[in-house]
Parts: sequence; structure tokens; C-alpha cells
Amino acid sequence: MKDKIMKLAKRYQIFILLLVINIVVLVISPNVGRKAFQMTGSNMLEMLSVLPPIFILLGLLDVWVKRETMIKYMGDNSGMVGVLLAFFLGSAAAGPLYAAFPVAGVLLKKGSKLSNVFIMLGAWSTTKIPLILFEASALGLKFMLVRFMMDLIGIAIISYITEKSLTQKDKDVIYQKAQQTE
Amino acid sequence: MTIALYVIAMIALAISFFKSREKTLHALKRAWKSFENILPQFLSILIIIGMMLALLTPEQISKLLGSESGWYGVLIAAAIGSITLIPGFVAFPLAAALLKSGAGYMQIAAFISTLMMVGIVTMPVESRYFGKKATLVRNAAAFGFSLIVALVMGVVL
Repeated sequence: MKDKIMKLAKRYQIFILLLVINIVVLVISPNVGRKAFQMTGSNMLEMLSVLPPIFILLGLLDVWVKRETMIKYMGDNSGMVGVLLAFFLGSAAAGPLYAAFPVAGVLLKKGSKLSNVFIMLGAWSTTKIPLILFEASALGLKFMLVRFMMDLIGIAIISYITEKSLTQKDKDVIYQKAQQTE
Repeated sequence: MTIALYVIAMIALAISFFKSREKTLHALKRAWKSFENILPQFLSILIIIGMMLALLTPEQISKLLGSESGWYGVLIAAAIGSITLIPGFVAFPLAAALLKSGAGYMQIAAFISTLMMVGIVTMPVESRYFGKKATLVRNAAAFGFSLIVALVMGVVL
């Protein structure tokens, strides 16, 4: 029992440290501290509202989709189908970019091609459908369209550069990481 | 969209449950495990963002990004966008307000683009999955690309 608590405390040590800092700020400068807590609270609510379905789908994907299937559609020889699928997966998502990393982990674990995973990340970061609609209404259709067109090219270029920068050994390490994380 | 995601997740869960209770339970366990696995880092990120937003107000950002600020303003915008992590539904109205109060399209484009693609605060999470090298290269490439977006936006709009 004590071991378990220690383990838990260790995993959350940075969070606890930050929490303490925030409390100290609250004491020294109540206005800033209070605002920080409010921001954290509202962001946390947003996170908690969007993450459950993502992780449920992630779990289902992990259990139901066979490795062979993933390799066929998003693996090394998946070609254009893999690219489009990755783009669609990312664009249909919701939630902040950091929620995309666990999804990327499962895709890698199941044998998806690395560049396709980067495309998914790129789409998740910047061409999410609800966000695009929101962008058009806030900043105008032209702003959104120009940025969207550029992003399509940008996602491809960034994925390409990132993948090319990695040696085979780097890639192996990434796939190993994906196998280890549950 | 979040609602749509819930509907899809629920339908998928129902189909899965109908097909195999055991596998569904397993999937839910997996879901919880991968969530709990990343939770400490998520929570840390949330606090860092909260403190940042408390210190960096929209008025301050607006002051830094006037349309006369030129490339200097673009770089500041890109730096702010890279470091902060503002949810989209806050960022776009903020960007619209900044434009109205005199910020230039180039600066706003750099801000929005880096905000979405570059995540300095989330780098520890990213490198847990991709390693340091891939994380650094992706973020650097995204930063460079955002500057190009800003340039094009400045010409087109």
C-alpha cells in the first residue's frame, strides 16, 4: 500500500510541485494566482469533456483492429489510402494536440507508417473540421481558406522533413516505445 | 463536434458490447490505462497554461502585435503562439479582436499557425511517444512553416 502511494506520488511529482507553486503565487499575489486557478479549472473542464470519447475510441481501436488490418490500410505499402485515412482521422478529431499523442502511439503500435502518423498529427493540429468552421466565422472565409490550402501543403512537408530526419535506428526506437506504452 | 464524437464513441461501444462483452471491457480498461498513463503530464500542462494565461493577458498581446510591428511582431507572435496553448474557441475570437484593435494579418497568421502546430509546453509528452529528435524536428519545421504562412498571408490579404 505504502509502495503504491509512493509510486503514485512519484508519477505526479511535477504536477504536485506546480500545484504548490500556484498556491504560493495565490498567497503572494492573490489576483494572478486566482486567475491562474480559474484558467486551469476551465481548461480542465474542456479537457475532461473532450477526452472520454477519444480514449474510448482509442481503446476500441486497440482491441478490435488487427495489426494486419492497420498495416494494410496505414502501413508501409498503404500508399495514398494511408495518407488520406491519416488526414481524415486527424481532421475528424476534437481536442487539443496533446490528446493526439496517445492516439499516435496506438497507430504506431499497430504498425502504421511513421509518415502517416505525422500526417495525422498535422491534420489534428491544424485542419480539424470544427476549428476550421470556427476560424472562418471569426477571421473570415478568405483567411481560413488561404491558411487551409497552405496547411495541406505544410502538413505534407513537415511530415516529410520529420521522417527524413530520422535514421532507421531512431524509427526503431519510436516503434519500440509504442509497443511498451499500453 | 464533441457531441458527434460522443455519439460515435457510444455507438461503437454498443456495437462492440453486442459483439463481445469481454473485448469491450478490455477496451475500456485499455482506454482508462492510456488515459491514466498520460494524466500526470496532462495535469502539469494545464497548470502551466493556466499560469501563463494569468500572466499574459489579451491586452498585453495586443500591444505587442500591432500591424506596424512588422517582422519583429511576426516573430513575437510566433513565439507567443509556440509557447502558449490556448483552446481554439478562445484563440479565434482573441485573434479577431486583435485584428480589430490594430494587429496585422501577418502577425495574426503567425500567432494562429504556431499556436496550433508548435507546442513547446507539450514537448515532454510528444517526446514520450516520438523521442527527442523527432519532436524537435517536427516543432522546428512547424515553426518555420508558420513564418511562411505569415509571409503569404501578408501578401494575399
